[in-house]
Amino acid sequence: MLSIRDLSAGVEGKTILRRVNLEVRAGEVHAVMGPNGSGKSTLAQVLAGHPAYTVTGGQVRYLGQDLLAMPAEERARAGVFLAFQYPVEIAGVSNASFLNAAVNELRARQGHPELDAMEFLGLVDERLKLVEMDRSFLSRPVNEGFSGGEKKRNEILQMAVLEPKFAILDETDSGLDIDALKVVAQGVNRLRRPDNAIILVTHYQRILQYIEPDHVHVLFDGRIVKSAGKELALELERKGYDWIREEVAATQPTGA
Amino acid sequence: MPTTMSTTAKTLESLANREYKWGFVSDIEADTLQPGLDEDVIRLISAKKQEPEFMLEWRLRAYRHWVNMERTAGAPKWANVKHPPIDYQQIVYYSAPKRASEGPASLDQVDPRLLETFEKLGIPLAEQKRLAGVAVDAVFDSVSVATTFKEKLAELGIIFCSFSEAVQSHPDLVQKYLGSVVPYTDNFYATLNSAVFSDGSFCYIPKGVRCPMELSTYFRINTAGSGQFERTLIVAEEGSYVSYLEGCTAPRRDENQLHAAVVELIAQEGAQIKYSTVQNWYAGDAEGRGGIFNFVTKRGKCAGRGARISWTQVETGSAITWKYPSVILQGDDSVGEFYSVALTANRQQADTGTKMIHIGTNTRSTIISKGISAGRGNNTYRGLVKILPRAHHARNYTQCDSLLLGDRCGAHTFPYIEVGNASSVAEHEASTSKISDEQLFYCKQRGLSGDNAVSMIINGFCKEVFKNLPMEFAVEATKLLGVSLEGSIG
Repeated sequence: MLSIRDLSAGVEGKTILRRVNLEVRAGEVHAVMGPNGSGKSTLAQVLAGHPAYTVTGGQVRYLGQDLLAMPAEERARAGVFLAFQYPVEIAGVSNASFLNAAVNELRARQGHPELDAMEFLGLVDERLKLVEMDRSFLSRPVNEGFSGGEKKRNEILQMAVLEPKFAILDETDSGLDIDALKVVAQGVNRLRRPDNAIILVTHYQRILQYIEPDHVHVLFDGRIVKSAGKELALELERKGYDWIREEVAATQPTGA
Repeated sequence: MPTTMSTTAKTLESLANREYKWGFVSDIEADTLQPGLDEDVIRLISAKKQEPEFMLEWRLRAYRHWVNMERTAGAPKWANVKHPPIDYQQIVYYSAPKRASEGPASLDQVDPRLLETFEKLGIPLAEQKRLAGVAVDAVFDSVSVATTFKEKLAELGIIFCSFSEAVQSHPDLVQKYLGSVVPYTDNFYATLNSAVFSDGSFCYIPKGVRCPMELSTYFRINTAGSGQFERTLIVAEEGSYVSYLEGCTAPRRDENQLHAAVVELIAQEGAQIKYSTVQNWYAGDAEGRGGIFNFVTKRGKCAGRGARISWTQVETGSAITWKYPSVILQGDDSVGEFYSVALTANRQQADTGTKMIHIGTNTRSTIISKGISAGRGNNTYRGLVKILPRAHHARNYTQCDSLLLGDRCGAHTFPYIEVGNASSVAEHEASTSKISDEQLFYCKQRGLSGDNAVSMIINGFCKEVFKNLPMEFAVEATKLLGVSLEGSIG
């Protein structure tokens, strides 16, 4: 589904990702872990097409298309979804109208007619249950005055409504208490299907107790330095990231 | 970053270069005076309108006052706008489409090309096509050409007609209220208007009557070189209610044209007047050539206890907008409201706001102002909240928000607050913001195009004002801002 080859990217002239390689197949959940500043969020933003980041090398194929050549909105319409680490507030625009506009953009792309208000509400009502929110949530302005947990749940609600083929969850677990974490994880699990895929970007192993990954990768200093099964997450939790640092230092030729 | 900027820039450009689809000229034979202003011109206007003596005298008093003003202080210079001096001798003060017979025309006497013009503007006047639930007074250059639903309204005792007709048929009411809120000495442009005003609308809602439909006036400037000086007077008697709408357009021309109107509202005890404007005069081109100078005085008086006046304005047109719809809160417990969206794109300038004058006790006022600047537009909010010593327990809430699109535009806020007693409360909140790259990216990541994202964000910014507009107008207003109305849900 997604094939990242030798991807290098940076922001404001600073290189952050260095030749990242990653294969994601339909039905898989990949966890990308790593210490702060390792480039996890950059990877998420670059895949979603944030214009502040510059790709300096490599390529990304997504469902046979050159993902990096597509503008952000085209990626979204093609089924790429980013759950933001810091969801953005939009004053005066209700959650419902925002979501409605997004759904209709997607439907237009797929050649479906727009949903009318009743059909839209029907769809959203059902998805609201997934994240344990009620309808009043819809009439509030997008993320304005939301608690941290509400913002994250709102991201998952949007994901549930838009049903992306490929979702990147950027530290969706950070700042959540255990109850909110369970709600979010449960929402994500219900959205797992054989024909979609998820990259979970996280600092902690905690969320992986609830969303079981097929693969775990460690991103360190802009490179994927280790890939393994879910047991790697437990090892990281136990040993921290320092042993990775030592391992990397031992295997890297100096001056690379 | 560069990509976002270019999309924003593109979006803003399309917003700024919104095609002005009302810029056509109608080829209609007109009875037009030579440019220039003196006492003879005023006598001629008055004679053409067959006005009673009191009107001519009032005009002449205003004119002499204005001549004096022009000789001494001249036009007001405090506004944050720039334009070359206006040559008042180059303006045509009266231009009316010719018609077969004089006197109030019935619809079948109206030149079909006039009806066509209004139909093209989306204001059908013919009986079978009229807008449901809205009575329209259509003003073309200096005169009212038709007023719809007049008879139906008359059954309730409501008078809705052109100002000229009111002067003929209800001189007592006109004499009683004309200049009672905006005296002819009020300010340079209001004084000029008092001398030369040619037409406008008159509404009178009798005691206890709730006007069953929206009343509206549609102003159209057509003749080149002409100024438009209309006057609107609305009187709401005890316990009555009226909602009034005003729309305006003009042809696209390279010369500036002056529009100096006066609107007076009187709300007696327990009466309510809701006055909404969607102002879309030609704004000039991207280089600032042409466009209307919109120098307007609007004021309402809550004369009785518990009266209520609300101004809602969406100002998207005009090269320069200079207007301060105000409320004099004379009656105890009266309420004044001002909701405003002002958009300045290209080289448009707006200096707009309100005055809330609290005289009665327990009077309340609310001011919500949203300024949007794009291109090289310059947007100024100027407001006065004045609470007099005997206006005990008066309350005001003011919120002024500015949204900047791009980095060559300007936003300014000049709030004046004078509180004369200790039991009153005045609150003022202000903010200036930009559409952030993060907001745009967030919207795009959900599949919205850059244009739609900007529209949605602007629409959200204006929401508190739009929700005060009648439905048809809200739709019009959102369209004018190049935005699509938010879904009916939420």
